[in-house]
Amino acid sequence: MSIAIRNISKQFGAFKALDDVSIDVPSGELVALLGPSGCGKTTLLRIIAGLDFADSGQIVLDGDDASARHVRERHVGFVFQHYALFRHMSIADNVAFGLRVKPRRERLAEADIKRRVKRLLELVQLDWLADRYPSQLSGGQRQRIALARALAVDPKVLLLDEPFGALDAKVRKELRRWLRQLHDEIHVTSVFVTHDQEEALEVSDRVVVINKGKVEQIGTPESVYDHPATPFVANFLGSVNLFHGRVEDGHLHVGNDALALGASEGSDGKAVAFVRPHEFDLVPGWDEQGALAARIVRVVSVGPSAQIELAHGDGKLIEVSLGRDAFRLLGLSEGDRVSLRPRHIRVFPTDALAA
Amino acid sequence: MTSVKRYSPLPGFRLAMGYTLVYLTLIVLIPLAAVGTKTLTMGWEAFWAAVSSPRVVASYQLSFGASLLAAAINVVFGLIFAWVLVRYRFPGKGLIDSLVDLPFALPTAVAGIALATIYSENGPVGKLLEPWGIEIAYTPNGVLLALVFIGLPFVVRTVQPVLGDLEKEVEEAAAGLGASRWQTFLRIILPHIAPALLTGFAMAFARAVGEYGSVIFIAGNVPMVSEITPLLIITKLEQYDYAGATAVASVMLVFSFVLLLIINGLQGWMQNRHAKGA
Repeated sequence: MSIAIRNISKQFGAFKALDDVSIDVPSGELVALLGPSGCGKTTLLRIIAGLDFADSGQIVLDGDDASARHVRERHVGFVFQHYALFRHMSIADNVAFGLRVKPRRERLAEADIKRRVKRLLELVQLDWLADRYPSQLSGGQRQRIALARALAVDPKVLLLDEPFGALDAKVRKELRRWLRQLHDEIHVTSVFVTHDQEEALEVSDRVVVINKGKVEQIGTPESVYDHPATPFVANFLGSVNLFHGRVEDGHLHVGNDALALGASEGSDGKAVAFVRPHEFDLVPGWDEQGALAARIVRVVSVGPSAQIELAHGDGKLIEVSLGRDAFRLLGLSEGDRVSLRPRHIRVFPTDALAA
Repeated sequence: MTSVKRYSPLPGFRLAMGYTLVYLTLIVLIPLAAVGTKTLTMGWEAFWAAVSSPRVVASYQLSFGASLLAAAINVVFGLIFAWVLVRYRFPGKGLIDSLVDLPFALPTAVAGIALATIYSENGPVGKLLEPWGIEIAYTPNGVLLALVFIGLPFVVRTVQPVLGDLEKEVEEAAAGLGASRWQTFLRIILPHIAPALLTGFAMAFARAVGEYGSVIFIAGNVPMVSEITPLLIITKLEQYDYAGATAVASVMLVFSFVLLLIINGLQGWMQNRHAKGA
């Protein structure tokens, strides 16, 4: 089932939580709403679910305007950050809840409910916990049960609010991989909220980047990462080096250095530029043209890549990440002079940064 | 091998436990034991005669019946009270919140006299009820009213924090799964607050069984009809029948103790069910 979010606005007192937001989620897609905390992404998710209501705009589920419908009648599955399991019920009863509260004529026979619960628990790989209570489960297990409970009623849409936010790093990583696999199995249209860009990029088909109640960019993980539409997106996704400078005749001037820009990049005037740490080439010495002259401050060479911290002319720190072997071949060490040649620069006019 | 002195991470067990036992002995156990020893001075025959005369049995029925009923009424209305205080914001909420405790603070005799005045035939409320044939003051109804009055705070104050603890998300989850409000209340909220309700019930009941001051002013104290057991005990004392008084008191004590034990057991069972092995 598709979701169409049309011109949703929502205000809490003087605070604009959502400002004219429109997003289309095609049927069967897994979409991430990504943004810093307080950007309105959870509010948007709750409005889609019918747990909150927008001041204006529409939520269209499968072509029907659902804006005025109660959460009970929207047929959405909602997974909360803190699980919201029913503490006084066993795991099996938790999962069965949605099936048991149906009106009598729609309700399955008890034996069918039991069978279905068993299947769902197998789907989340926790069938051995059926008789336990939520307090006896770990956080990761609780969240999988919450997911099974939401899926029990065959929701047309699955909504997840920071589903892995309360879990520790390792479980988080496992669970998001598992969520992706699960989605590939059952293909229910899903929207999940996260402030973790890595999570959004890894799990989703498409990422919606939200900032201050507005959509900054919608696109596949690759496209938002490689072609950020706004300075906010460039800054928010992944680590990045930021330079203030001036664009003049196809070059970005930073301090005393001039970097060549591609033909399409930037119009003349003040600009900010972003370069990711792994998009630099290092050349020993300061003789290189079209590069930044810098000095190595610190090298952390742990894991697959070397993290190199450099100081540019006026003392500004630049982070560079290089394969460990490649770095060793250069034979550089702390204190050495190097030229940094960016392979890829994203330039935005300075006034865009204010947004 | 020398043994190492083990320090508990929670110090002061012996000291605290010692105080607890001394305190319990001085304040609760010795006075209660006195009831037992005084009773033992009677022979079995005399004891049985004292505790099973029709007038005494009628008072048991009234005292325990009215107390149970009053506690049950307070469970219903106390829950509504707690619900209103936890769930809604309205002007005067703080005032209502503090009014709930008034039955705790008010001298019970004052409460009894006030209730009797208001609910008597000529009182402002009694006058309204009289044409309907409802008599409150000087009947068993009056006893019930007084016991409801003094028991109200217990249920409100035990349920209020527990209800406040229930996350909004849990109810949202239930609604999202298709539960109606009524289903959410019965299947989610009620099981959550049931242990607290039961505690409130037990406390309101225990308080009502022992209540004396407010009841005697409104009950009319007609033997066999509206006479409560504590009043009978006082009557016996005034007639210097100390053994008879303690005999009746000991029966009351055993009754109350057994009932409270059952309620406690029920409550423990309820709570353990959700925390098995946790």
